[in-house]
Amino acid sequence: MSGAVLVLAAFLACAVEMVEATTIVLAVGVTRGWRSPLLGAGAATVALVVVIGVLGPALVQLPIDALRIVVGGLLLTFGLQWLRKAVLRAGGYKALHDEDAIFQEEVALVEQEGGARVRQGMDWYAFTLAFKGVFLEGLEVAFIVLTFGTNEGHIGLAAIGAAAAVVVVAIVAVIVHAPLSRVPENTLKFSVGLMLTSFGAFWSTEGVGVKWPGSDAAIAGLFVLFLAVSMGLVKFLQTRSTRLATA
Amino acid sequence: MKAFFRFWYDFIVGDDWVVAVGVVAVLGIAAVLAGAGAAGWLWACVAMTGLLVLSVWRAARAHDRR
Repeated sequence: MSGAVLVLAAFLACAVEMVEATTIVLAVGVTRGWRSPLLGAGAATVALVVVIGVLGPALVQLPIDALRIVVGGLLLTFGLQWLRKAVLRAGGYKALHDEDAIFQEEVALVEQEGGARVRQGMDWYAFTLAFKGVFLEGLEVAFIVLTFGTNEGHIGLAAIGAAAAVVVVAIVAVIVHAPLSRVPENTLKFSVGLMLTSFGAFWSTEGVGVKWPGSDAAIAGLFVLFLAVSMGLVKFLQTRSTRLATA
Repeated sequence: MKAFFRFWYDFIVGDDWVVAVGVVAVLGIAAVLAGAGAAGWLWACVAMTGLLVLSVWRAARAHDRR
């Protein structure tokens, strides 16, 4: 994989996670003030740095084939899950991931909790909400960076892609200062699902000893294959949905 | 402890266990085929796309039943 493709893959995958984490922080910040959720997001970032520091070297020390099987298998599993949801959304079988709706749900949840959990100037509920959201989504970002980076031998490039995604989404969040519903999330998720599935399929099968025609170029072939099957499934679901509606 | 396992189950397996189990089965059979010198890549292509179709089909069928 070329360096540019690695950076792009990490960028897209991490941008999706960042959009979700940022939505939570924005929702909490708008309703309960910015200090506590920003501190929560900061604490989650520190925790993530520690996790990456501990796991990164351990992952690199693993035998490469074992690494390919485990991380490739996980990426394949994540990718197929993402693809299934993206196909169902595009086929009209699942609601489009509406960031406005998520924002309103988060706001309603926060308002229900009231202000009882404010202690010593710190709103621990807002802190925890932001921490949880950023940590969980950030863990997925860390996983993507480590797996993409270690498999290709360029953790630095994958980290650049992830860092760029963090910066871009943060800038967008500051500029719009509102839910990130303008990001075409399902299109992004469709692309990321295809990438994760293609890379995961290639790495995991190489790990168990499969020899692919064209070596790394087979990843592009896998991408096209999964794209074709996914588009076929979307078409099938749209037709099925229409037929059931008119029956 | 329950919450800990729940977190990792949701993180890795997600909302369709068939995908996770299917991936393990596909890789196991691919390893056997590769060890026997057969075209494991061909099996992988067919089985993985089949897994995607199966997962989407299960979700669509469950949706239509509701």
